Amino acid sequence: MSETLLELRNIKKSFGTTDVLNGIGLSISRGEFITFLGASGCGKTTTLRIIAGLEKPDEGQVLLEGRDVTYLEPHQRDVNTVFQNYALFPHMNVEANVGYGLKIRKVPKEEIKKRVSDMLKLVQLDGYEKRMPSELSGGQKQRVAIARALINSPKLLLLDEPLGALDLKLRRAMQTELKRLQKKLGITFLYITHDQEEAINMSDRIVVMREGKFEQIGTPDEIYNCPKTSYVADFVGNANIIEGIVRQAGEEEILVETEGQIVKAVSDPGVQAGDKISLAVRRENMKVCGDCEEGLEAVLKDKSFQAGQLHMTLNLNSGKEITVSRYGMDAPLSQGQKVRISWEPQHAVPVDIRREA
Amino acid sequence: MEKKRKKKPGLFLTVLPLYVFTICFVVGPLLYMIALSFATNGNGSDTIWRFTLDNYKKIGEPVYLESFVQSFQLAITSTVLIMLMGYPFGYFMAKLSEKGKKRMMLLIMIPFWTSSLIRMYGWIIILQAKGVLNGILMKLGLIQEPLKILYSYPAVVVGMVYALLPFMILSVYSSVEKMDWSLVEAARDLGAGRARAFFDVTLKLTLPGLLTGVILTFIPSMGLFFIADILGGNKIVLVGNVIQDQVTRGSNWPFAAALAVVLMILTSLMIWLYRKITHVKDLEGFF
Amino acid sequence: MRKKWKWSNLYLGLLILLMYLPIVIVVVFSFNESRLSASFTGFSLKWYEALAADRDLKEALVNSIILGAASCLLSAVIGTLGAVGMARVKYKSKGMMEYLSTIPIMIPEIILGMVFLVFFSLLNLPFGMTTLILAHTTFCIPYIFMMVKARLVGIDKSLEEAALDLGATPVRAFFDITIPLIAPAILSGSLLAFAMSFDDVVISIFVNGPRLNTLPVKVYAQLKTGVTPEINALCTVILLVIVLVLGISALAGKKTHKSKDGE
Repeated sequence: MSETLLELRNIKKSFGTTDVLNGIGLSISRGEFITFLGASGCGKTTTLRIIAGLEKPDEGQVLLEGRDVTYLEPHQRDVNTVFQNYALFPHMNVEANVGYGLKIRKVPKEEIKKRVSDMLKLVQLDGYEKRMPSELSGGQKQRVAIARALINSPKLLLLDEPLGALDLKLRRAMQTELKRLQKKLGITFLYITHDQEEAINMSDRIVVMREGKFEQIGTPDEIYNCPKTSYVADFVGNANIIEGIVRQAGEEEILVETEGQIVKAVSDPGVQAGDKISLAVRRENMKVCGDCEEGLEAVLKDKSFQAGQLHMTLNLNSGKEITVSRYGMDAPLSQGQKVRISWEPQHAVPVDIRREA
Repeated sequence: MEKKRKKKPGLFLTVLPLYVFTICFVVGPLLYMIALSFATNGNGSDTIWRFTLDNYKKIGEPVYLESFVQSFQLAITSTVLIMLMGYPFGYFMAKLSEKGKKRMMLLIMIPFWTSSLIRMYGWIIILQAKGVLNGILMKLGLIQEPLKILYSYPAVVVGMVYALLPFMILSVYSSVEKMDWSLVEAARDLGAGRARAFFDVTLKLTLPGLLTGVILTFIPSMGLFFIADILGGNKIVLVGNVIQDQVTRGSNWPFAAALAVVLMILTSLMIWLYRKITHVKDLEGFF
Repeated sequence: MRKKWKWSNLYLGLLILLMYLPIVIVVVFSFNESRLSASFTGFSLKWYEALAADRDLKEALVNSIILGAASCLLSAVIGTLGAVGMARVKYKSKGMMEYLSTIPIMIPEIILGMVFLVFFSLLNLPFGMTTLILAHTTFCIPYIFMMVKARLVGIDKSLEEAALDLGATPVRAFFDITIPLIAPAILSGSLLAFAMSFDDVVISIFVNGPRLNTLPVKVYAQLKTGVTPEINALCTVILLVIVLVLGISALAGKKTHKSKDGE
């Protein structure tokens, strides 16, 4: 993980008057599985299209193995893409689809046939050569699209929300499958998704994007456990964000004043007393207690049960809404009841640190 | 923009023929026609390039005015009849089985490929005084004297409807075919009766197809002078006939141009009006 | 399985019957012995013999076929290229040009015919096949342009991008991906264009010139002066050819379908 494969330098792009990318820069190592995570419209697909050559940036450079490829056409770069909607050629069968890249490189017919068959085996679709795309299921189409891109042994494989159209079960299976393929072939994957679970499961590194900028870059663990901004904390960890002022900064813990009370949080080297910060506390790390003395006062508004978890919506005294999740159904609390919310100090991460000048 | 154009000269080449053809053979001729309509007619077929409004004033003469009125009457009558006959046809056709649709399409396309003139001739054989229709009617004892249908207004209407009906059918058909039937079911589910659901949903959703059909029938019906010629004898004089007469026999090109300009404006106006009323913007369905 | 009786089917059948009535009459009377179309006097093939001997009519037929083929081919190329190009270029003139190029089907044919006549004589073009092809191509382009354009709208843009991504040049991607996908639209547009050209009287009559006849022009002249049942015979022959062609293509379609299923 040392050699740089792809480098983006200060890339800017706007469509009309809207800026889509505001000067992003990044380098990606060979063999890495890197994920761009962000809500729709954050510019992640545009970034991918610029790397693929389907779009040209207004400013900045794209370097592939140190070579400037910014203005090269898509067919002139060793980068392949798995498109969001598969983009399988409807008038060609699976074999012709997968072999298309090789055919263009004038690989002999016999060799194409053999390599297609090998590739189909790799994605577990052997025997499907003569099927037309319309005769395939969503998952099968996805495998064909992946095979079609991988057969060209690209230096970099771009995947644009490839699992977006699949159902949850299939998506989980394909996540494992993709990871396996990537490990086996050693090809660098640049993966785009808006699903934080996918990003965390598969990636070596995650780039969280927001409004054309990189919000945070880090390993899944860093992104999940040490978010730098409230956006990342919320988007990746579904965290509750509570604003406050640091009253005391200790070695391990800090004291933060919020809602007229003092709460504890984990220390951060960048935090001093007097800083305005937000605390990110993930839903599942919050405890709700009906007869405790400690914690923030709140009123239980609503309870709902989803995907094996009980979600409670509460209002703090200031009216701010907090969501708390926990496993299991039992909650001896009723709507409208006054409760207190508390957490272990290490679960409250300071984000969005702002210092008064 | 400039940069992009230079970068992709191939792209420019793809639209070049269309641009050239459109400018040379659509825009150019039409502009020339407009210019010509303000020119003075000389002796014979000469055109003197002196500005005049006489050609337009001449249209005000009763003979020519009458031809406009008659053309519009005929076009509207035919279009309404075609709509009434063609819409149900296209609608029912779209409800056939896949096989039935294919067969029906074939049946409609075959006459389309035979000469429309010869088909008109078929109508002459049927409608003429000693023709098939009169023969049958007289044998049945329904009439004593042969009906004089040929060389009359109804005969021209029959010809127009016959010639243009397929356009309406195909436009409506493809529009109804594309429609999402669950919307009609939803309307029925919400309490609309059969008729109500049809008028509220089906008709509204297939309006674009109907519009295409109307345009594809109304416009040609203004110009199909040969049908009036063949089936109407010399009794029905349409603008088309007048223009043709002025160009060929009368050799008064500026006047013919003025007639054409007025005809063009009137038809565009009708289409614009129809679009305004139905709120349909694009030609859909047929294409 | 017994089909339910439907009034709608009766309606469809009746209208189809009406559509075919004049054609049936023409076919029947092509075998009529009498020259007059008033009544059927007896079976005869003499009009077919006359047709075989009629050079003028055959020449007109050949002219019509050449004209139809040429203008359908030309307009297919121009219309297809135009539709494909227009979908990509971002010229300011684009919208205007698209509107202008469809004018020929938005105004009565008679205007087009007249306009072509005066314009071609302004250019001093000799009236004949050239002027006919130019005129017919002009009014055929919109059909193909609009059909291909409609088809292009339905094609996922990422298909072509995928081809580029896999290493195809833009030209290669166009021929490998776009053309096969819009082929049905080009084909049906061309067929329509040919049919329109083959059947056109209004425009042809203005620009055909004194010596050259197309079939519809010839038939029109006869209808005005006096029809010989040869025309009936010719119509029957054309109809036969069409039915044969359609039959063969339907059979061929079935066969390829079957072989595909077999695999």
